[in-house]
This record gives sequence, C-alpha cells and structure tokens, in this order.
Amino acid sequence: MALVSAENRGLRLAARYATLTLVALVFMFPLVFMVVSSFKPDQQLLSDTSSLRAFLPVGDISLDNYYAAFRRAPIGLFMLNSVFVTVTTVLLSILLCSLAAFSFVFLEWTGRNVLLTIILATLIIPFETIAVPLLLFVSKLPWLGMEGIAWGWLNTYRVQIIPWIVDALTVFLFVQFFKDLPRELIEAARVEGASWFMIYRKIVMPLSGPVLATAAILKSLKMYNEQYLWPLIVVQDEAHRPVMVGLGYFFQLQIAWGEVMAYLTLISVPVIGFYLLMQRAFISSIASTGVKG
Amino acid sequence: MATLKLKDFRKSFGKVEVIKGVDLEIGHGEFVVFVGPSGCGKSTLLRMISGLEDITSGTLEIDGRVMNDLPPKDREVAMVFQTYAIFPHMTVRENMAFGLTIARASKQEKQQKVAEAARILQMEHLLDRHPSQLSGGQRQRVAIGRAIVRNPKVFLFDEPLSNLDAALRMDMRMEIGKLHEQLDATMVYVTHDQVEAMTLADKIVVLKDGRVMQVGTPMDLYHDPGNLFVAGFLGAPSMNFLQVDVQTVEGDDAKVGNAALKPINVAHKDRLNGSGKAILGVRPQHVEAAAPGEGMLLGTVEFAERLGSETVVDMVLKDDSKFIAAFNEDKVFEPGQTVDLVFDPAQAHLFAPSDEVETVH
Repeated sequence: MALVSAENRGLRLAARYATLTLVALVFMFPLVFMVVSSFKPDQQLLSDTSSLRAFLPVGDISLDNYYAAFRRAPIGLFMLNSVFVTVTTVLLSILLCSLAAFSFVFLEWTGRNVLLTIILATLIIPFETIAVPLLLFVSKLPWLGMEGIAWGWLNTYRVQIIPWIVDALTVFLFVQFFKDLPRELIEAARVEGASWFMIYRKIVMPLSGPVLATAAILKSLKMYNEQYLWPLIVVQDEAHRPVMVGLGYFFQLQIAWGEVMAYLTLISVPVIGFYLLMQRAFISSIASTGVKG
Repeated sequence: MATLKLKDFRKSFGKVEVIKGVDLEIGHGEFVVFVGPSGCGKSTLLRMISGLEDITSGTLEIDGRVMNDLPPKDREVAMVFQTYAIFPHMTVRENMAFGLTIARASKQEKQQKVAEAARILQMEHLLDRHPSQLSGGQRQRVAIGRAIVRNPKVFLFDEPLSNLDAALRMDMRMEIGKLHEQLDATMVYVTHDQVEAMTLADKIVVLKDGRVMQVGTPMDLYHDPGNLFVAGFLGAPSMNFLQVDVQTVEGDDAKVGNAALKPINVAHKDRLNGSGKAILGVRPQHVEAAAPGEGMLLGTVEFAERLGSETVVDMVLKDDSKFIAAFNEDKVFEPGQTVDLVFDPAQAHLFAPSDEVETVH
C-alpha cells in the first residue's frame, strides 16, 4: 500500500473543509438573509436581492421594521402562547407516552402487541386527513371549568394541547429505548420489592436521559415550528393564537417584507436558544434515531 | 433462614414444557446448587422460585407457606444475577439500600444495615462510588450486598460468577462459601460450573431437560452417580464409558468384560436389564499404569496433556473406543506408545445400556 504523502493529505483536508463550508453556507444563507433583511427598508431589501448585498448589513440599516412589526401584531402574546402550548404539550407527552411505552414493554397483558401495532400504524396517516373530523369532534367536547361545564373547545389552549400530547412517534421512541434496557435491572427491582410504578419512577426514567432528550426536542420543534393548520382552524381569537398563525398579520393587501423578516427573526429566537442549549443532545438524538422533526 | 419445598413443579412456555415435574426439599440453612448443561432449566427453576416466572403447575412452599401466586416482592427472597443488575444511576450505598428505601425503612436502619453488609463484604470504602467506577468483582459484591441488606429468607444466585475472570471467580467462590457460613442462610445457587457446584454445595441437584437426574451431597454424586448422565457430568475429565458384556451375575456382583477389557467383577446395584449388555464407567483419575502385560486394559496413546501436577492422556483401546486416563504425576507419553492400565473394580460403576450414554466433555 502506498503511503499518502503529507502534501496529499493536506490537499484532501482542504477539499473536505471547502465542501463542508460550502454546505454550511447554503444552509446559513436563508437565515442570514432573514436577519439582515429585517434591518432594511422594503425598497432596498428588494433591490439588494439581485446581488450579494442581500446577505450584508449595508445601506439604510435601522430597527424601523421591528417597531412596525410590534405595532402590527401582539408578538409577545403570540410567543407566550406558543411557548406555553409547546412546554405543556412536551411535558404531558413525555409523561403519558413513556407510561404507555412502559406498559407495552414491561407489563404483560393480552392484546398489547396488537394495540402497539395499531398505534404505530397511525404514523402513516397525514394530519390533514383527520383535521376536519377532529375539528368537528373538539368543537362539541365538554370541559369542566370554573363556571361549570362548557361545550366546545374552540379558541382555547387545551384544543391546541390535548390532541397533540400522545403521538405514535414518541411512544415508539420510548418503546425502542425501553426494550434495550437490561431486563435484569427491572427484575432485580421487582425482587427487591419495587412496585411497577416505582420501577418506572426510580429505575426506568432515571436511565432514560437520552430518549427523554430526543422526545422533548422532536416534540418541541414540532409544536413550536410546525403548528399552523390546526390552530388556524380551531383558534379564531387573538388571545390564544400561536406564532405561526400570527405570520398571517403580515400578509395583508400589501406585504411588508421587512416586517415579515423582523417578525420571523423574533420568533426564531426561542428556537435558536433552545437549540444552543440542547445542541449536544439534539445532534446525538438525530444520530441515534435517524429522525428529524 | 427458611425451608423450601417444591412439589411437582412444572413450567411451560406455550406448548413447550421446560420444567417437567420437579420435587425437591431444601432445609434450613442449606446451600443447594442447581447444576446442569445449558438449557436444562436450572435458571428457569430459580426464576420460578423468585417469582419472576409463573409456576405453570405444582406448588412452591417457603417456610410452609404456599407462594405460587405471590409477586416476587412478597416472597422474601433476594436474587443475585449473572449480569450483576446493579442500578447504574445510583451509588453503591443507594444500590444496597434500595430494598429498604422501597420498604420505607428509617434512615438510621438503612445506614446501619448497609454498614453491616459493607463490613461483611469488606467494601466500606466503595459506598459512595457509582457502579461505573467499580470492577466486575466489586459490582458483584454490591449485588450480593444488596441481597444481604434485606435479610431475606432465601438467597437466590443465578450464575453469579460467570461474568468474572478465572482468578476472581475463585476468590468470589470462596467468599460466597464464607458468606454462607457467616449468615447461616438458605441459599439456592445456579451454575453450569461443576467446580462451583462441588465446592459450595451442601446438596447438588443435577438437572437435565427439565428433570432432576439426582440429588445428593457432592461426594455422593461423585462417588456414587445414580445414572450415566450424572456420572458423565460431574468430574473432569469426564468418566470413561465402556460397552461391556455381562458374563455372569453372582449376588451383588456381575462379571463383565469385552474385547479390550479382561473380565472383572463389579457391583451391579440392580441396574442390569438382563440384555447381557452393560456400560462400565471408570473415572480417568482411578486409572493407573501397570507393568507391561499385567494390565486390565491396553491403550494406545493419541496425545498427552502435561499439566505439571497431573498428566491427562487420550488413548484408544483395542475395540477402537476412546479412553482417557489422568495420572497423578508428571509423565512423558509418546503418541503411538501402548500403555497397560489397571483400575480398582470397586471404584468402577455399572449402568444398564438403556440408560443412554451422554457424556459431557
């Protein structure tokens, strides 16, 4: 075998970095364009798109678009709504999906395999096909509140949260992870006198860090980034509106692109912050599951 | 301390019966070892006692109380697993106190019992470590400690030393033996290693295909195996089996021989089936070399293993059957060399030919 010369190796390394940089740039461009454009007046923004200036903070830079965006839509409220819905859904999802998976993997009851298969089969159904039946369903559901029973869930937080708590993918992630836990740990705990719930709480969950991170990340991104159609049809009032639906405020008769970019930049902050916080877990979760939200 | 009683114990997985009716009594403070080849059902039997596997039929009594339908936690047993099964996210102290924590014992009680178990196992200095910082032997010690802390009626060990290396296995084996003396507890121990079985057990239960082949003290089983399986399973190298013809039967003795073996008298123990054929078992260690022409058997050496303290020689007899002899000294043998062999007929065992030959090497 011929030895690779140092020069050759250097070249190869340079080529690799060049490729990676190029790929990174391709993915960075839209983001940079969004942030840079949010500081430009519409006229300049549009004329800049024909040149590299589109990606540079040059010319008439100001925060005007941000002031205008805040005047046009209650951005703070929308973001709070989205964060509240996301956090609540994620927490409940982790609790219920992991309990379901625990039962599927560790408890013995008739029909569990059939039920699991049915749940997993729902993965192939696109949400759009069940949106209308679900709408009819939730519009008639009762809710016991402070003022007694109310009918219909429209224009609430719960209508944005409850239908999204349990999903096949999250259950599946937990099932796969639990199956790989050493069986003897569970058996040892049983012999030591632990109840099933105690085994869940004291043995299984503390050892489930990786899958908890994966499930939380995937669910958070879905709830914050991709909730558009459902809230659009079930939430008509401004008080419960999430960020993605809020984008509609900027696509009126005349589209103010600068404000759109300012709004997008603002609502991206929580996601980017969350990503930076969870970067490591995020990358390893994609690597381990091969799934991206 | 407790007594254990298994009555017509059976276990089926679907249509396959893996435990086919086991009857067994284990006394207070006894150390009982289940031994047998893989797949004989010894671990399943242990798991049925622990409650981790359902009992398909039969009864399990611990101290006279039927335990069949009680979950593991109510059987007052503790189990040590082959893979240690200590909880990786807890410290050694938390691991050992786990059962007490579940039972909501007071802090003081936990501290005292963990300290006591740690003292017995000489691991006081490890209490605040996590399992990842321990060696295999130390991990198994934690698992044993966890069992001791709960002061169970019965200790169950499922091949606890199989994951350890040879030297450590010997140390831990001795420690478990000492522990049994110290705690004076009833222990049931599963292994496929006959050395562990022979050295630890008060009573060995030899299993095969879900059935008990023989129960007895290690020396009973070694010196007086009740059937071919037990004869072949215990002892290393395993017992030689010669197909012999029964020439005459007089009183308790039968005169047997074949083309390779000069006729000898052996106690038949009522095991002959009248077919005129029998199997003669001779332990390799009971064979000695004789002066040329004076042997009962003539073997041709195939190869020899010199171990220093003993020499194990694989030979072929005149009737082409294989024969192993283990000489209690360091001797040189050349392949092709013939050796005259003798053994004491009183130490040989006779079995009926219908008792299928199964040797485990």
